[in-house]
Amino acid sequence: MDYIDPHIHMVSRITDDYATLARMGCVAISEPAFWAGFDRGSADGFRDYFRQLTEVEPKRAAVYGIQHYCWLCINAKEAENVSLSRDVIAMIPEFLDAPGVLGIGEIGLNKNTRNEAIVFLEHLDLAAKYDQPILIHTPHLEDKLQGTRMILDMLDGDSRLDKSKILVDHVEEHTIAEVLDRGYWAGMTLYPVTKCTPERACDMIEKYGPERLMANSAGDWGPSKPTAIPDLIFEMRRRGHSESLIRRVVFENPIAFFKNSRNFKFHDRNQTAQA
Amino acid sequence: MPLASLKPIPCDNNEFGTVAQARQIFDENFLAIRAKLIEIAAVLDRIDRATAQAETDPARPEDNVDSDPRRPRVDEAIGILLRTGAQQGERAAALQQLFSRPYDPQWRDRFDI
Repeated sequence: MDYIDPHIHMVSRITDDYATLARMGCVAISEPAFWAGFDRGSADGFRDYFRQLTEVEPKRAAVYGIQHYCWLCINAKEAENVSLSRDVIAMIPEFLDAPGVLGIGEIGLNKNTRNEAIVFLEHLDLAAKYDQPILIHTPHLEDKLQGTRMILDMLDGDSRLDKSKILVDHVEEHTIAEVLDRGYWAGMTLYPVTKCTPERACDMIEKYGPERLMANSAGDWGPSKPTAIPDLIFEMRRRGHSESLIRRVVFENPIAFFKNSRNFKFHDRNQTAQA
Repeated sequence: MPLASLKPIPCDNNEFGTVAQARQIFDENFLAIRAKLIEIAAVLDRIDRATAQAETDPARPEDNVDSDPRRPRVDEAIGILLRTGAQQGERAAALQQLFSRPYDPQWRDRFDI
């Protein structure tokens, strides 16, 4: 089955991963800007990173027939440095018209601090001014519930934002209902130990249905599995779910959300083959 | 999981397609449940053994987790697993809530933003 991974950090993965993803049915990915494992020292460091996301990775992915899209921001961990964050936010508009840039992300909170909230709000302002979709990281473990609610408070507090253009990622059993009830897209991250398993994601699909719901691997430089979505597909098939339901979660929903961006120009190989 | 056990799960229809039958889910997951419960028991036993040993060791008299606020939460979590009645289908969400920091609706005032 063709599928899309809406959240994966391919700059941290080897080329063999692109080859494996392609063989498992991955036809497109979107790569949010994130923490590199160390704090960068200047806005120029982010400029180089954004060039990697907009110029280098699309070419690396295209070798394997995978369409590469990305999101730009300064992530929540480095947002603790408000001065650096403002320099990066001021630079982002330079890249918003680059092919494949879908919007602002993954912005969010990490330890739910005041500085993180300030920078999150300034990212929201940037997205509103440039009419950009938003991809949001919610915190890990014991900080997730508090941070997710703070994020929803800030989103609800900005009347300029269109909820259909906002994806709140890394939802789990205790946060998914509130995200969906408030009208946002929700992403389930299939990630060892700290997030969600394919089995639990399948449980949430059965409980909440496929409306505005998608799944991702968030594969990165840490312990993670870039082929986690095929694991979810396998689990859903094994439970007897229909191909149409599976396809909606792993293919049609990402496309529906990405269409909020004028830079999303997806080529469906099935339609090409039929034509 | 042995390949022989990877057979389609008998399903009933529900609003979002199908869900597996209870007997099949239990049969398929019993060994995993058993292994995870034994693992938890073994870790708790290990902590108790280390605590008992520390009590006789003058070099580490304070080596215990009695004052660690996470320790009673583990017991509370085990209690949540035993829930019955209306709440029994919400165990995963309840455990997630238990291991979460509380949300302060006045956080904006506290941060002055």
